[in-house]
Amino acid sequence: MEDRRAVNNVIEASGLVKKYGDVVALDGLDLSVEEGSVYGLLGPNGAGKTTAVSILATLLVPDSGSARVAGADVLNEPALVRERIGLSGQYAALDEHLTGFENLDMIGRLYRLGRSKSRTRARELLEVFDLTDAGNRPVKTYSGGMRRRLDLAGALVASPPVLFLDEPTTGLDPRSRLDLWGVIRELVARGSTLLLTTQYLEEADHLADRIMVIDQGRDIAEGTPDDLKTLVGGERIEVIVQSSSDLPRAEEVMQRFAVGELACEARNRKITAPISGGAAVLTEALRALDAEAVDILDVGLRRPTLNDVFLTLTGHAADPNGNQPKSEDPSSSRRRARS
Amino acid sequence: MFADAAVIAKRNMIRLKRVPEILVFVILSPIMFVLLFAYVFGGSINIPGGSYREFLIAGIFAQTVVFGSTFTGVGIAEDIQKGIIDRFRSLPMSQAAVLIGRTASDLVYNVLTLLIMGLTGLVVGWRINSSLWEGMVGFGLLLAFAYTFSWVMAYVGLLVPSVEVINNASFMVIFPVTFIANTFVPSENLPGVLRAFAEWNPISALTQAVRELFGNIPPGTPDPTAWPLQNPVIYTLIWGVLIIGVFAPLANLRYQKAVKQG
Repeated sequence: MEDRRAVNNVIEASGLVKKYGDVVALDGLDLSVEEGSVYGLLGPNGAGKTTAVSILATLLVPDSGSARVAGADVLNEPALVRERIGLSGQYAALDEHLTGFENLDMIGRLYRLGRSKSRTRARELLEVFDLTDAGNRPVKTYSGGMRRRLDLAGALVASPPVLFLDEPTTGLDPRSRLDLWGVIRELVARGSTLLLTTQYLEEADHLADRIMVIDQGRDIAEGTPDDLKTLVGGERIEVIVQSSSDLPRAEEVMQRFAVGELACEARNRKITAPISGGAAVLTEALRALDAEAVDILDVGLRRPTLNDVFLTLTGHAADPNGNQPKSEDPSSSRRRARS
Repeated sequence: MFADAAVIAKRNMIRLKRVPEILVFVILSPIMFVLLFAYVFGGSINIPGGSYREFLIAGIFAQTVVFGSTFTGVGIAEDIQKGIIDRFRSLPMSQAAVLIGRTASDLVYNVLTLLIMGLTGLVVGWRINSSLWEGMVGFGLLLAFAYTFSWVMAYVGLLVPSVEVINNASFMVIFPVTFIANTFVPSENLPGVLRAFAEWNPISALTQAVRELFGNIPPGTPDPTAWPLQNPVIYTLIWGVLIIGVFAPLANLRYQKAVKQG
């Protein structure tokens, strides 16, 4: 890793271990998150993401290891940490029978903002999260997306410098997820540091500056989304030509840029060429194809998805649907037992 | 700490308005109990020289307020299940406030319950035959004892965060404890072992104390032979102090570790 030590790390954890009986939830996790960045903790169900967040948010005490959040020690100064963080968990932690306004107002009072400031802030946040109309209705009448938005608003009541969002979009329909992504991006633009956990690869890719892939409580890869993709390698150019008669010429051109064997699907008039060098190579390839007067229908540089990353790193796919059998499968439980 | 607890208590009070089941439990079921016992049993059991109905009221009061503590357990279990305790624990608030606020709002529920039961009692012919002052002390004792019991249920709620389990457990425990007592029949009428249990049961002492304070002991009733029933107020208070002394710290310790599982 580069000289990230020099930068101001707002979250710094080392050697976090947490066991529940025989199950190792965290197996010596190290973590550092730079100020003002979005850090994605990516892993399947049961990987230890929630445990990690719970420890950093002072809800759980680790069996060993230490952590500092926003300048305060998680184990020795939990009260100080709590003043500087906002947490929005996996299960919208709201009182169903209170209205949206009452929920936020209550949180403000508990952050000790005082009566009038709590109210003002509650109204502000309802506005920001597009809940003003629903603000006076009990939360139990809210849709899933509205609850998540309100829960997220709850984490922001005291404008804390550090935010933890534990699977903020799990269980949401695609539309609500996109809405929430928009909200999260706005938050980040305002300079908060955000630690986000997710099982959705595209979500981490979309939102995070850096990603840690964790599996069975261990860090199995860390870096920018691009780093991770590069790690797995396998950049390729896909070209679809206009007519089948162009195919042989196109094949010949692409052969010059390929670093491995070409794949040619005559039926789809599609050529896939493994390359290295990214967009620069793509530009050259396009020029060459143009020079040979090949008519192109579609062309693109394909990089591996984070799903590919996960598969390569762990030998099993990240299962965003959280299918249980995977974690119950004998090989993984054996691995867990040994660790 | 108390400001935070007040915020939590206020939250629980809002629920009283919005959750019909709570309203039923706090207000309607006490009315039902008083009427049921007064008319079903009150007319058919005779107490020499007195009215069984009057004898009964203190027992119903005691049983109902002790049952009220189930609310504390259920409320806390629900908060853990819903994950809202996670949120509270991540806030820079007093860590004792959630439990204090919860038990305090349940105390308010019990005040309401007693008020309703008292009024219903007056309607069916129950009277405080002592003085207003002694009557107030009687109500105070009921509330104080019920409050200490809330801490038992708070601990249970933290230990077993399942609403169903708590409802069943409280039924399995509180029901016998409030029945094997002098709540509904004089403990002298109970057979051997049950009688000993009833005589040392704090619920009996509570009931006896309240009966004496209300002046609801029929004249000519033989004096109780067991020490707890001879000194019911002191005995009740000793139990109260013991219960809260044990369960309030236990519950607070447990709260520090409460997280939603799964």
